[in-house]
Amino acid sequence: MEDCLAKKMEITVSEAEKRTGRNAMNIQETYTAYLIETRAVESQSEGQCAPVESLWRRYSEFELLRNYLSVTYPHIVVPPLPEKRADFVWHKLSADNMDPDFVERRRIGLENFLLRVASHPVLCLDKIFYAFLMQEGGWKEMVNETGFQLKADSRLKALNATFRVKNPDKRFTELKHYSDELQSVISHLLRVRARVADRLYGVYKVHGNYGRVFSEWSAIEKEMGDGLQSAGHHMDVYAASIDDILEEEEHYADQLKEYLFYAEALRAVCRKHELMQYDLEMAAQDLTSKKQQCEELATGTVRTFSLKGMTSKLFGQETPEQREAKIKVLEEQIQEGEEQLKSKNLEGRDFVKSAWADIERFKEQKNHDLKEALISYAVMQISMCKKGIQVWTNAKECFSKM
Amino acid sequence: AASAPRPLPSSGPKSLREMPHPLATSSSEEMGPALTPSPDLLLPRSIADKDLSLPNGTPVDTSSPASSSSLLNRLQLDDDLDVETRDLFVTVDDPKKHVCTMETYITYRVTTKTTRAEFDLPEYSVRRRYQDFDWLRNKLEESQPTHLIPPLPEKFVVKGVVDRFSEEFVETRRKALDKFLKRITDHPVLSFNEHFNVFLTAKDLNAYKKQGMALLSKMGESVKYVTGGYKLRSRPLEFAAIGDYLDTFSLKLGTIDRIAQRIIKEQLEYLVELREYGPVYSTWGGLEVELSEPLEGVSACIGNCCTALEELSEDMTEDFLPVLREYILYAESMKNVLKKRDQVQAEYEAKLEAVALKREDRPKVPTDVEKCQDRVECFNADLKADMERWQNNKRQDFRQLLMGMADKNIQYYEKVCVT
Repeated sequence: MEDCLAKKMEITVSEAEKRTGRNAMNIQETYTAYLIETRAVESQSEGQCAPVESLWRRYSEFELLRNYLSVTYPHIVVPPLPEKRADFVWHKLSADNMDPDFVERRRIGLENFLLRVASHPVLCLDKIFYAFLMQEGGWKEMVNETGFQLKADSRLKALNATFRVKNPDKRFTELKHYSDELQSVISHLLRVRARVADRLYGVYKVHGNYGRVFSEWSAIEKEMGDGLQSAGHHMDVYAASIDDILEEEEHYADQLKEYLFYAEALRAVCRKHELMQYDLEMAAQDLTSKKQQCEELATGTVRTFSLKGMTSKLFGQETPEQREAKIKVLEEQIQEGEEQLKSKNLEGRDFVKSAWADIERFKEQKNHDLKEALISYAVMQISMCKKGIQVWTNAKECFSKM
Repeated sequence: AASAPRPLPSSGPKSLREMPHPLATSSSEEMGPALTPSPDLLLPRSIADKDLSLPNGTPVDTSSPASSSSLLNRLQLDDDLDVETRDLFVTVDDPKKHVCTMETYITYRVTTKTTRAEFDLPEYSVRRRYQDFDWLRNKLEESQPTHLIPPLPEKFVVKGVVDRFSEEFVETRRKALDKFLKRITDHPVLSFNEHFNVFLTAKDLNAYKKQGMALLSKMGESVKYVTGGYKLRSRPLEFAAIGDYLDTFSLKLGTIDRIAQRIIKEQLEYLVELREYGPVYSTWGGLEVELSEPLEGVSACIGNCCTALEELSEDMTEDFLPVLREYILYAESMKNVLKKRDQVQAEYEAKLEAVALKREDRPKVPTDVEKCQDRVECFNADLKADMERWQNNKRQDFRQLLMGMADKNIQYYEKVCVT
């Protein structure tokens, strides 16, 4: 980890700004641009700071970066971006992309993304990534020039491979299963949490009504008046406190969301393995059938039923020269095929090795992060309860003075 | 005619020192196994555990949690009265279900301990059902029309909505009936009422009731006030003020009742979601290896939160809401009394006017007028005294009620914190 970019450079996404511009279809649109600031970390601590470099990027550029990284490093679990649209919202939060709270949370998410990439031992060395951070103009062209889109596997091909692969590495099958389950359980969790937040909001807010009625009541009372009035004030405080509490909880939800999206990245690596394995199996199969063909031609026996065999029987045999030519072509193909198979095998094994290494790294990161997230969630809950205790103790004191 | 308030007996009640401590006899304090009386919501639980003694040093039997808390409850009720002068203690407990051919109903044990001369024995224990309490209240209203009679819990319960024999319902009712009798006991006039005495002591109340009906027609015991025909000229300011106050008071209490109900409803909905939330963490824990422990932990915590929240809602429903409703009923009956007072005053004024017109009827009418005047003044005086007392008690009740509510919430949060 000593070489990773994150140690050498401070990276922040410090601001977000609304912009209007014309898009590819020449239609006026509003979008948000984010300011990325970077500063080299000096080894001497003399208070001498390197200058801050900055540039603006919009979400779609982040997306482009990530797509590039996923295709170029298929064996890496690439960190996910924060959600494109607000999801799992409870009623008070708006699902509007332009909503300032959403923008703020996205800003944090984007910064997190950059930091994750910068701390990854492999990804941080990527030139395109570096350019993303440092070079405002011409970056898009640079990315497109890598031709990474061509390398991308088609979805259909990947789906096909999933169904047809015969001998995938068991660990990957298990991992895929795990990532499916993880995705399902986290989305369920987020959905219920949103509902819980909604209800809790309701409970707190209704207490605000106490404030008003206590105030009204205190007006007609003599000795009880003061106590009621001040207690009512505390009820108002209680009702208002929920807003901050739930905002903090959103941060926890975002942490969970990151891992929800990470599950997708995990799955992508598994799919890649399946695809490679399938390719390998196909190539091996092809090679076997070619060898068989060769043998048949050489010995003149037809082992398996083939249309060619039948037609040649019906329409006459070929000449020995023709046969020789065919055999020669096949032998060449077989040789090619064997070499290809060898390299594919090697590729496959390399992939499995490096992918599994990154997966182990990811697992550790995940366990660490989620543990921290759960702990901070618990701390949040405790603080919420302490506040509750405070308010009710104050109210109780007011009541006791009635 | 309305009886003038009797002064508190100055001799007769022994000092607390000499009187056998009401709770020292353990025989009558057995509680039914199914229904343990809940300590009065007013008290922090710690007091029930300490070794207590009365102010004068008599040790208190704290073997059953109920005894010490109810003792303290009694002591707290007479904040204003000198402890030494308390000579009548009444408790309602031990509900039992009776199944008869005609009907099923619940009776409650009413225990009395007293040193008053009006009572033949120092102790009584009788069984009464709601009907009997209702009867008592009516009798009190009839015989003491110028006083504020405490309210009873609601008579009619819509069948199917509430289970009349559920533990919660019975317990809520018992508490309300207990409070009803205690309030009467505290009242310097009402507590000496003959019907009250019989209610507390008679083995067969029904026989007395029948007898009372016969007597009623003969002796015209109750003073009936004509409800129609008299228009009030001017209501004295203070009573007008009381009327206004009561109107606003009931309104506000009604609002609070609605708010509290809404809160409970929202809390229950929150609880529903919370119940789904916890297990999801468990499911996740099943997926993971290293994280399974913390995830299970979170799941368990949420489970505990659910339990605590449930308790809070239950407590609010059982302790808080009924008291609110009771005060609303109280305000209603007070307004009725005010109306009656108005009527009496109106009658008085009308008669006065009549006298002014007919100057011949001097000998007869003045007594009539005097009687009316008497009534009015009695009424006013009684009402005022009662109002003051009521205000005081109300203040205390609410103080404790709201403190209790605050306490419950605090307890809830503390429980959640601990998990």
